Amino acid sequence: MKLQRSSRLALYSVLELASRPDEQLSASDIAAKFDVSLNHLAKVLRDLGRARMVEAVRGAGGGYRFCGNIRRTTLKDVVEVFEPITLHDAGGFEPGDKTEFGASLAVVLGEIDDIAEATLDSITLETMLKLTNRVHRQVNS
Amino acid sequence: MAAINEYNPESGITVRSAGDGDLSRIIELDGQISGITKPEYWQESFRRFGGQHSERHFLVAEKDGHIAGFIVGEIRAWEFGSPPGGWVFSLTVDPDTRLGGVATVMFDTICHCFKQAGVDKVHTMIDRDNITVMSFFRSQGMMAGSTIPLEMDLSDLEGRS
Repeated sequence: MKLQRSSRLALYSVLELASRPDEQLSASDIAAKFDVSLNHLAKVLRDLGRARMVEAVRGAGGGYRFCGNIRRTTLKDVVEVFEPITLHDAGGFEPGDKTEFGASLAVVLGEIDDIAEATLDSITLETMLKLTNRVHRQVNS
Repeated sequence: MAAINEYNPESGITVRSAGDGDLSRIIELDGQISGITKPEYWQESFRRFGGQHSERHFLVAEKDGHIAGFIVGEIRAWEFGSPPGGWVFSLTVDPDTRLGGVATVMFDTICHCFKQAGVDKVHTMIDRDNITVMSFFRSQGMMAGSTIPLEMDLSDLEGRS
């Protein structure tokens, strides 16, 4: 599975902000860490703000902070702000979809979609931060 | 193997081997969650997994004198050549005590039992629509395993070719 760049950037941003709950981070700090353009990141943060996952804190020392619940917000919640998780949600028809092979291929792709959706929906940001720590420890051991 | 009886001072929860006297509460809790009362199923389950075995565990969590949840699991080695591993196949927590660490303490205890019995992996299988329970297991560090469950409607048996 490959996520769109905006979805990946959104996940990186909310995880970065959620991992530092007592701080406000500037968009340029986040853009520098993940090596992305500030313009693109600004759009992503604006969409996350509309989805009430991050909020901008104005004034000296201001920046962005995560304002959701890390035990409740899932990877699916974040990704869905930017792209449909399943082909079914994406809508539209591709050539051949209405043939007998198209119908059987839809069954197989639907199975993959269902598993991907359940995976993203069952991993909260808190779980993802634990996984990040575990992977980090393994890499450094 | 001695009966399990472990007190967790942090949460105030005791996890211990289930006894005959716990069965009515187990049936009640499961009925509360699933919406179906299954006394015969739990009596049979208790007969198979209750007692003191190193490879089968039926544990209850007690908090403030009440049974707040239960967990059932065993060591299995039947899946197409897989090495023996611990399997958790039932986990129920009283909705009134959720987010109090009951499931985590029970899961830790049964994992410890599996480890003591010599296996190095714990498995479970959950319906992919059961996001609450799947999220819990994910939060404990569980990831998708190498096995994929497959199924078929037996009514499709005649139309396979």
